[in-house]
Amino acid sequence: MESGAGVVAAFVEQRDGSVRATAHEVVGAAAELARQIGGEAHGLAAGGPGFGAACASLGARGAEVIRVAEGAELAQYQSEGYARIVADMIAGGGYRAVLFPASALGADLAPRVAALLDVPLASDATGLEVVDGGLVVTRPVYGGKAFARVTFDASPAVVSLRPHVFPPGTHAAAGRVEAFTPAGGAPPAGRVVEFRAASGGSVDVAEAEIVVSGGRGMRGPENWGVIEDVRDALGPTAALGASRAVVDAGWRPHAEQVGQTGKTIAPKLYFALAISGAIQHLAGMRTARTIVAVNKDADAPIFNVADYGIVGDVFEVGPALAEEIRRLKSESGG
Amino acid sequence: MNVSVCIRRVPDTETRIRVGDDGVSIDTSGVKYIVSPYDEFALEAGLQVTEGLGAGEVTSVTVGDAGAAESLRNSLAMGAHRAVLLEGEVTMDGLATAKALAEELAEADAPLILLGVKAADDDQQQVGPMLATLLARPCATAVTRLEAGDGHVRCHREVEGGTEVVDLPLPCVVTITKGAYEPRYATLKGIMAARRKPLERRPAKLPAARLRVLELEPPAPRPPGRIVGEGVKAVPELVRLLREEAGAL
Ligand SMILES: Cc1cc2nc3c(=O)[nH]c(=O)nc-3n(C[C@H](O)[C@H](O)[C@H](O)COP(=O)(O)OP(=O)(O)OC[C@H]3O[C@@H](n4cnc5c(N)ncnc54)[C@H](O)[C@@H]3O)c2cc1C
Ligand SMILES: Nc1ncnc2c1ncn2[C@@H]1O[C@H](COP(=O)(O)O)[C@@H](O)[C@H]1O
Repeated sequence: MESGAGVVAAFVEQRDGSVRATAHEVVGAAAELARQIGGEAHGLAAGGPGFGAACASLGARGAEVIRVAEGAELAQYQSEGYARIVADMIAGGGYRAVLFPASALGADLAPRVAALLDVPLASDATGLEVVDGGLVVTRPVYGGKAFARVTFDASPAVVSLRPHVFPPGTHAAAGRVEAFTPAGGAPPAGRVVEFRAASGGSVDVAEAEIVVSGGRGMRGPENWGVIEDVRDALGPTAALGASRAVVDAGWRPHAEQVGQTGKTIAPKLYFALAISGAIQHLAGMRTARTIVAVNKDADAPIFNVADYGIVGDVFEVGPALAEEIRRLKSESGG
Repeated sequence: MNVSVCIRRVPDTETRIRVGDDGVSIDTSGVKYIVSPYDEFALEAGLQVTEGLGAGEVTSVTVGDAGAAESLRNSLAMGAHRAVLLEGEVTMDGLATAKALAEELAEADAPLILLGVKAADDDQQQVGPMLATLLARPCATAVTRLEAGDGHVRCHREVEGGTEVVDLPLPCVVTITKGAYEPRYATLKGIMAARRKPLERRPAKLPAARLRVLELEPPAPRPPGRIVGEGVKAVPELVRLLREEAGAL
């Protein structure tokens, strides 16, 4: 359809042909915004042949229309090519706002699209509201030590959303899939020569619903079994994290680092085990929904942000925690 | 090969942030400034590239007020050869900043442009790929290590679910995240030498910001947490609370 003034677009992130959970959140947020301004939500997607069929499911998340560019060369994300296609979709669409996930892919894509469209971008939003007809975005700044409420003097408003903060959409819409044919002319691009998947198919700290992090109080990498045991008890949606002290000591890879110079995450549940809670660590995890801390020092600053804390030795509390979680899960059959 | 490194002056990450009287910016009294941490990684990467090749100069570039010259001096003390201060008022509109940098760097003889992945004040994570787009150059983001090759740079990237190796044809733009680079300290000799290195100043060609801060506020206080108890005996109660009260398990 030719879009009216109230259409909000949402970029649909995929990997290996599957729609990612971030898309459920971004489409949900677009639908909610569209509802407030009296419009509708559209999905914008690119993927390999047949990806359109996978996109129909986004109707259940609130997408009225999903525009999909398909092609063998689009099966894997490619910065320049995707940016060009998504910008083309937006340029003719008359959208009020365009939402991206602030995932690793979204952080790579959204700035390029904004630059191609010549409009500003508000990254990593934790709040969206309509005030007097205008879009107001809330976003953390200074490592989460302040929040800015910002608005746009340009259209469309381009925003990326912090993963896990916005609920997946639940109000169904038509979910009509429309093919989009990209204009030719490939921009200059890099060439991927190798991809190494993280070991053991484990969940990435940036996308996990639950994160179990260990700090210097673990005393050495040989003790990480304690942290892994808690993670394993929590199940396949849990990931390992680490403080910078641990990463700099070479105990854990930097892909696991949480904080100012690591990942910024907002999981449903965060465990800080033997982590003191330095301001730069908090920068990475203070927007987690529920924070649990185990530390032998009752005055550790982590207890100022933790919802629940246990003062005690991680080498005793950790294994007991894993066991109790397993017991509870087997009791409730899940 | 010459390398340009874009650096930004930001409040020290330890600094307490207070909202200023205007309600839209921070109270800068008593704030100590540093070169944004990721930009130090980028600078280190740039220095290692030119040292590795045994050729080329590193130029540090910043858009900022007169005070930002201090950050440029720091970069010169670390080993950058020259510095450029583009004077102007930095805002949260990263596209405006990218345009000012593009004006400067489009004509510069620097096949490789390095930036931090994210500035520690506005946390926008956008200027690098925007600059690349404006210059019509390829770009790799969140790179932990790079190797300069013949006509290209090989970039090791952290992506969700693994590590990716990408070859970018030169000229290109790369944003650096924490990884292989440990920023060097400025030596006394370096600090002395920095005084004699060229630091150019010119007005930034900075368009008006179109992302407007309406309000800056402290983070909403988290509901007061509680110590469930001490040691192993507190564990069952903790797990019960996580399930029944927090709905997190
Ligand atoms: C520019 C900059 C950027 C930074 N970025 C980051 C970042 O991204 N992420 C990050 O994490 N840090 C970052 N830091 C570092 C940060 O300031 C802290 O140094 C770091 O977070 C400390 O890590 P830690 O909590 O593991 O170690 P520590 O501060 O040493 O804390 C260890 C804790 O373990 C407890 N403990 C010890 N033994 C036990 C036991 N047996 N049982 C239970 N508890 C025990 C101790 O009481 C203590 O609280 C940064 C610093 C700077 C300057
Ligand atoms: N005012 C500036 N001057 C020079 N470089 C900047 C400026 N602002 C941002 N950058 C660069 O862009 C990166 C990302 O910043 P941001 O997009 O603001 O998070 C920073 O790490 C710097 O390398």
